[in-house]
Amino acid sequence: MPRLPVAGLLARGLTQLKNLGFGLLFLWPSILLFSAFVFYPLIKSVYLGFYESDPLGNQGDFVGFDQYRSVWGGSDFRHSLWITFQFTVYTVVPGIVLGLGLAMLANQKLPAISIFRTIFASTVATSVAVASMMWLTLLNPTTGLVTWLLDQAGQPRLNLLNDPDWALPAVSLTTIWLNLGLATIVFLAGLQSIPERLYESARIDGASRLGTFLHVTLPMLSPTLLFVTVIGMILAFESFGQIHILTRGGPLDATNVIVYSIYQEAFQSFNYGVAAVQAVGLFILVLGLTALQLRFLERRVFYQ
Amino acid sequence: MTTTSEALTTKAATAERAARYRPWGRHALSYLGLILAATVVLLPIYMTVVNALLAKESIVSYPPKLFPFECSWDICSTAGPQWGNFSKALDQVPLVRYMWNSAIMTGVIVIGQLVTASLAAYAFAFLRFPGRGLLFLIFLSTLMVPIEVSIIPNFQTIQRLGWQDTYQALTVPFLATAFGTFLLRQHFMTIPKELRDAAAIDGYGHLRFLFFVVLPLSRPVLASLAVFAFLSAWNQYLWPLLVTNDDNMRTVQIGLAALRGREIDSFNVVMAGTLIAAMPMFAMLILFQGQLVRGLTAGAVKR
Repeated sequence: MPRLPVAGLLARGLTQLKNLGFGLLFLWPSILLFSAFVFYPLIKSVYLGFYESDPLGNQGDFVGFDQYRSVWGGSDFRHSLWITFQFTVYTVVPGIVLGLGLAMLANQKLPAISIFRTIFASTVATSVAVASMMWLTLLNPTTGLVTWLLDQAGQPRLNLLNDPDWALPAVSLTTIWLNLGLATIVFLAGLQSIPERLYESARIDGASRLGTFLHVTLPMLSPTLLFVTVIGMILAFESFGQIHILTRGGPLDATNVIVYSIYQEAFQSFNYGVAAVQAVGLFILVLGLTALQLRFLERRVFYQ
Repeated sequence: MTTTSEALTTKAATAERAARYRPWGRHALSYLGLILAATVVLLPIYMTVVNALLAKESIVSYPPKLFPFECSWDICSTAGPQWGNFSKALDQVPLVRYMWNSAIMTGVIVIGQLVTASLAAYAFAFLRFPGRGLLFLIFLSTLMVPIEVSIIPNFQTIQRLGWQDTYQALTVPFLATAFGTFLLRQHFMTIPKELRDAAAIDGYGHLRFLFFVVLPLSRPVLASLAVFAFLSAWNQYLWPLLVTNDDNMRTVQIGLAALRGREIDSFNVVMAGTLIAAMPMFAMLILFQGQLVRGLTAGAVKR
């Protein structure tokens, strides 16, 4: 007897329903956690932004978009935005140049090269707290190595972390070092994925070293470059530990990036409303960046 | 790539000859560059080792000491390496306790993420059901919310639950991972569907198939995710700072930062403590460099 199409549909529907059951069974831990610790807080942050906070951190009057307007338009947030932007430029650009340089050094085929690869990658094993403590000593105004080196270069002796002009570069230096291992690892993987025959062709054509770098290495490395840039920007936007340990946002707010400003408003001034508005601002900024990263991530993992 | 100009051929030939006849000269230059770069990269770590071994009188000297001892010919003018600084650091702050807390926090997060991500990735890769695509997109969208954005409501949640100074507070918000789910799902999709059909005929349910077929086939990816989760969890700073006040519950990152205030005029001891705190991660780097590199290049996010 031929099966009725209705029965077939019914069977398929039943399988799908069964799969849905299993699917939810497998997915509920993640769904629950994401709901409680990602989606609910996101909505709650937007909501908190509509309310003022009293000095004890309790929810005060409803002020609607007024708080968003005054915080985003205010000079404090603009200042934090500007500091964050500077910090991003100071850390991402040198990070790319140095990371690529180290990766190219480590990409040579030499005996014992793996030792150097481990050394160049070593800063991924230093946490933000460990790195900050190390640099706190190096930057010490009376006995630090950086101070001594500046002295040798004939620079006037400065307390870098206490100088409004130098605190941000000093924190950036720490951050560049901290993230250097990561950039080197990613660049090295990128360099190793460039087919050897491209270099051979370039050599047969008699291309110079610089020519090979400009016309073979850089174009082939462009996805990696984009990846490192986006990751570097996100890391810069989310930096907190090194600022908390080295400068506490000072001196004179010279290192008060957005994340640090959120921390101060929320957990030192208990001004949850204002902090929430800043957090939503940060979210909108990171959203654009992460979208870029996600698109790239998909491609990358796919080809692995 | 078919240039046959004579000049270029000669140039290439010259370059080749040069490469053949000066291998050691070129290697020497390469090694010089490598050693120079390695010195600069390692300098902060090296200076930490030196400072950790200096006597209290020597840390305040200027210019800074570049070696943990000072000898000219065979006469040493200062005391040798002060290994006692390490035990002093351990005496003055409960560093072992901090590291234990970090280890528990990290262990729970790593295992939790492996479990939740394996389950979720299985559903997305092997089960067809209505709304799957949309749900997957919703999962991915969590990648776009940095923890700093959700930190105020999350902090309030922890307080409302009475979880301040508990391991739950340190771990539960991080037990699910969109990145890990994505990474595993991409790998699960490369496993042939016929394998599932064959297993079903053998009477394997979904859970048994996941644990006895899919997961064993995914060991390298699981290792990458584990190392990546370890790194992110161990290095956490902002969240543990907020949810722990009790000295007994501090993680090593926060404890280390607290050491700063306590030991302002004997930073040889502080540096010794810093080195102790850095040890587990350096051990990880040396033991699991391969997995670490794979995990990081798959989705480099260090928080």
